[in-house]
Amino acid sequence: MFDVILTLFGIIFTILTLMVLAAMLIWGERRLLGIWQDRLGPNRVGPFGILQTAADMIKIFFKEDWIPPFAEKAVFFFAPCVVVITMLMAFAVVPFSPSLGIIDLNIGILFFLAMSALAGYSTILAGWSSNNKYALLGGMRSAAQMISYDVFMGLSLMGVVMLSGSFNLREIVEAQRDVWYIIPQFVGFCIFMVAGIAESHRLPFDLPEAEHEIIAGFHTEYSGMKFGLFFVGEYLGVILISALTVVLFLGGWLGPVLPPFIWFCLKTLLVILFIILLRAALPRPRFDQLMAFGWKYMLPLALINLVLTGAIGLALG
Amino acid sequence: MLSQLRTLWEVLKHTTTKIDTVEYPDEQPYLAPRYRGRIVLTRDPDGEERCVACNLCAAVCPVDCIALQKTEDENGRWRAEFFRINFSRCIFCGLCEEACPTYAIQLTPDFEICEYQRPNLIYEKENLLISGTGKYPNYNFYRNAGKDVGVKEKGAGENEEQPVNIKGLLP
Repeated sequence: MFDVILTLFGIIFTILTLMVLAAMLIWGERRLLGIWQDRLGPNRVGPFGILQTAADMIKIFFKEDWIPPFAEKAVFFFAPCVVVITMLMAFAVVPFSPSLGIIDLNIGILFFLAMSALAGYSTILAGWSSNNKYALLGGMRSAAQMISYDVFMGLSLMGVVMLSGSFNLREIVEAQRDVWYIIPQFVGFCIFMVAGIAESHRLPFDLPEAEHEIIAGFHTEYSGMKFGLFFVGEYLGVILISALTVVLFLGGWLGPVLPPFIWFCLKTLLVILFIILLRAALPRPRFDQLMAFGWKYMLPLALINLVLTGAIGLALG
Repeated sequence: MLSQLRTLWEVLKHTTTKIDTVEYPDEQPYLAPRYRGRIVLTRDPDGEERCVACNLCAAVCPVDCIALQKTEDENGRWRAEFFRINFSRCIFCGLCEEACPTYAIQLTPDFEICEYQRPNLIYEKENLLISGTGKYPNYNFYRNAGKDVGVKEKGAGENEEQPVNIKGLLP
C-alpha cells in the first residue's frame, strides 16, 4: 500500500515538474533564439521575462475554444491529448538518478519507442479530423516522417542494447561506468539525435508544421488550449529526447563530485540547448529531401553501424 | 555536412555579440536635430505668428493633411483663421517645411504622438503653435517683406531701400 502511494506521489510530482519545465522551456527557447539572432527575446513579464509562459497560458485559456463545424469532433478533441499523454507516459521509464524514477521496466527502450511512435498518431489524427487540406497535408507528412524515422531510431538503439546486453534503461546507465556509449556508438548517437528531432517534429524536421508552406500544418484548425497542448507536447518531446540521449549515450546520472540527479539535469539541459541551437541555425529541408535522407543515408548507416557493432562484439568475445 | 556544422558554430558565436534591440521606452534613441517628427507652427522673434496663410504647405502636401483658411487683420497682415493638420494622414515628408516662405511650419524631433482615438490626432492651430521661433531664431518675415502691416514702415526694412517716387524725374 505504501509503495503504491509513493509511486503515485512520484507520478504526480514528475508530471507537475515536467509541465513546469516544458513551460519554462518555451520561454527559454524564445530567449535563446533571441540572443542568437542578436535580439532580446521576451524579457518583460517577471524577472528576465520568466513568467512569459504564464502570461501566454492565461491568454490562451481565455481564447475561444473553437471546433470547426466541418471537423470530426471526437477525434479533433482527442488528438491533442494523445501527444501529451504519450510523452508523459514515456517519462515513466526514464531513470533520473539511481533512486529516482517511476518504474524500472526491463523493456524500457521498447516502451519508449512504442510511446514515441504513438505520439505520431496525435498529428496524424489532428490532420485528418480537421478536414482541412493543409491540415491533412501536415498529417500525411507526419505519417511518412514517423514511419521512415522510427525505423532507424529503433535500429540506432540496438547498438547500445548489444553493448549493454539489456533493454533496461537503468542497467544501460550502469553499463556506462567505464565509458559513455557516445564513444563506441558515435554513429548511433548521431542517428538517434536526428531521428529524435524528427520524431518530436522540431526544426529542421518540422515539416508537418512547416508554417511557410502549409500554414500551420496539422494544427491549422486548432485554437485555444488545444493548440497549447500541441505546443506543450512538442516541448515535452524535446525534453524526452534529450533525457533519453543522456541516458543512452551520455552516461545518464554518472559523473564525479555532484549528486547524480544534478548530473542528469545538467546533461539534459546541454542536449536541449543543442536542439534549440539546431533550430536557430538550420533551415528546413524539402520533403523529398527529408525522405531521401532518411531512407538512403540514415537507414543504411544505422544498419552498417549495427553490423559493425555486432562483428566487433563477436570478435572481442 | 561541414557547412551545417559551420553554421551551428557561426550561430553559437552570436551568444556573445552585442544585442541590437533598443528597449525604447526605457532607453531613448538618439534623434538627429533635423529628424522629421511632429509639426509645429512657430512665432517670429516678436511673438507674433509667422504663418501668413499662403496655402503653399497645403498645396504641396502629398497626402492633403493640412487645411487652413486665410484671414486679414486690421493692419492688412495675413493670418490663418484656422490651421488644421491631420496627423493620422501625415507622412512626415517635410515638404511643407520646405515650401513655407516664412519658416512658420517646422518639423520637430518628436514622434510620440500616439492617441487612442483618431479624432485626437487632428491638431488645431492652438495645438500646433509654439511660443518659440524654432530653427530660425532671428527671422521675421514682415521685417523683410515690402508690405507694411504695422511691423515696420515701408522702406525701413534691413535690406530695403525707400520706395521709388514714380512721379519724380530722378532715376
